[in-house]
Amino acid sequence: MWSLISVELYKIFRRPRTYIAFGAIAALIVVIQLGLKIDGNSYAAFLMKDINDTLTVDGKVLNGYLICYILLQLLLVHVPLLVALIAADMLSGEANLGTLRLLFSTPYSRTQWVFAKFIAASVYTILLLIWLAFLALFVSMWVFGTDDLFLMKSNYVVLIEQNDVLWRYVGAFVFASFSLLTVTSLGFLMSSMANNSIGPIVGTMSAIVFFTILSTLNIPLFTIVKPYLFTTHMNNWKEFFDIKVNASNEAVHGSILNIAKIKNSLWVLTLHIILFVSTSIFIIKKKDILS
Amino acid sequence: MSVIKVQHISKHFGTLKAVDDLSFEVQEGQVFGFLGQNGSGKSTTIRMLLSLIHPSSGTIEIFGKSLAHHRNEILEQVGAIIERPDLYPYLSAQEHLQLFAKVRKQKIEKAAIQNTLEKVGLANRASDKVQTFSLGMKQRLGIAIALVHNPRLIILDEPTNGLDPQGIADIRQLIQYLSKEEGKTVFVSSHLLSEIEQVASQLLIIHKGKKMVEGNTKDLLDPQKRIVQIKSTNDELALQVIVAGSFSNYLLSRKEGVFLKIPTYEIPMLNESLIKAGVAVLGIETKNSLEDYFLQITSNA
Repeated sequence: MWSLISVELYKIFRRPRTYIAFGAIAALIVVIQLGLKIDGNSYAAFLMKDINDTLTVDGKVLNGYLICYILLQLLLVHVPLLVALIAADMLSGEANLGTLRLLFSTPYSRTQWVFAKFIAASVYTILLLIWLAFLALFVSMWVFGTDDLFLMKSNYVVLIEQNDVLWRYVGAFVFASFSLLTVTSLGFLMSSMANNSIGPIVGTMSAIVFFTILSTLNIPLFTIVKPYLFTTHMNNWKEFFDIKVNASNEAVHGSILNIAKIKNSLWVLTLHIILFVSTSIFIIKKKDILS
Repeated sequence: MSVIKVQHISKHFGTLKAVDDLSFEVQEGQVFGFLGQNGSGKSTTIRMLLSLIHPSSGTIEIFGKSLAHHRNEILEQVGAIIERPDLYPYLSAQEHLQLFAKVRKQKIEKAAIQNTLEKVGLANRASDKVQTFSLGMKQRLGIAIALVHNPRLIILDEPTNGLDPQGIADIRQLIQYLSKEEGKTVFVSSHLLSEIEQVASQLLIIHKGKKMVEGNTKDLLDPQKRIVQIKSTNDELALQVIVAGSFSNYLLSRKEGVFLKIPTYEIPMLNESLIKAGVAVLGIETKNSLEDYFLQITSNA
């Protein structure tokens, strides 16, 4: 099995297309960091204009932790599209190229091949996320320094001490890896049904957009299905940055306000991954390789 | 020993019968020619032999084992190219061989890769990316991939597609070398009889998914024997006479007309037998070659 995974990884990282996503993420992050470095104070003032009269904040608001949060909010919505570029091409791209028949006529079952391809696509996804984490978190910490994390939510503010922040980002990135692996498995499912790359890539993106709209619409009819949609749970990494307060309204160090929500989301995402990959294996096993 | 034993396989795609009740056997060390026009069912059959397509009915045994139950064990000893030589454009010839050797869990030395590439005439392009290759070069690399793990059975689907005359001659030589020097069993398909007749010891002609004729190539091409088509008002009765009498061994095909491969001196006796049995013989048409015969049966119906 390891030989199949290493062959798949070798193919992924020999393709120029693979590096588009790494390049795109680097370019976006560097541009945003550069903008905030040059004109960050105006941005911070804009953010805090509504509370300036009631609250005085000491220290460096625009620090590396806040920059990372801003970057994740902006980017984690779009990274699925970059993941789909590779994941949705894993089976259909080979079918289109005609190489799927070369692979499937080797002494390995189709289940082994599909599994090896999914693992390889998952490694790519995780590496993309690590790259994102490195640029968004560590480079921002280096460029902007560190301080307490001050976040403005819709109707309250959160202040997290700087020595209570880093582990939350680790948790958020682990959570994000589940979200992105769900996208990888969805791309895989689309890929198993087609013999060209474009359809599954567009299909994966369309499915994400479609379900995201359903997840955000507050129409009673959709409220019933919302808890079961993966898109409802994909952005719950933010829960790591909501903390409990004590009776005096002081933040409880090391706490998470709604850990049950995070656990529930992880379950829903994991079940989606299992469902999508199992269905892909079922489809590929039944399929006649005609391309 | 039978290396391949196919029994009554059929494959339907909706209402289309791509392969219809096909049976044949390939013996160890044989070069087996699988001949048919484009769309006759050759590639579908080959894909079934490699378990890329699931047969609608029938059984396939390779190396005496059921393909349905011992797929992985069987495919360890099979090398194949199927139709077009589709490869990874961003990898070089050498990298392709390394990749597929790795898939087969084979440790392969650089010298062995070079040797395999030399066999197919690609040694001087080992480091070039496949996207710079011509169709013929891709075809050669496809054959090299099929050979890299030293298989017992080699299945080549239209291996000379896209090759120039020298390339075709080289592949022909390679097939003969693999069979005679290395004792491999080679199953080779083509739509050109002229290609197959020079390398294959056994020949099967398929048309519209059905077996039209199968036999020893030398026998089928024997200049002492002629291929004749009996034209009569009652083909069924003519067939009965042939099958019941001493001409049954000469019967070639009864699917698109009554064809026999018969020594020239026996043609008058055949005619006499048919007339005696009451068959109104309209003519006994002589075909010049197996090529004529192939063209006729594949252009009929």
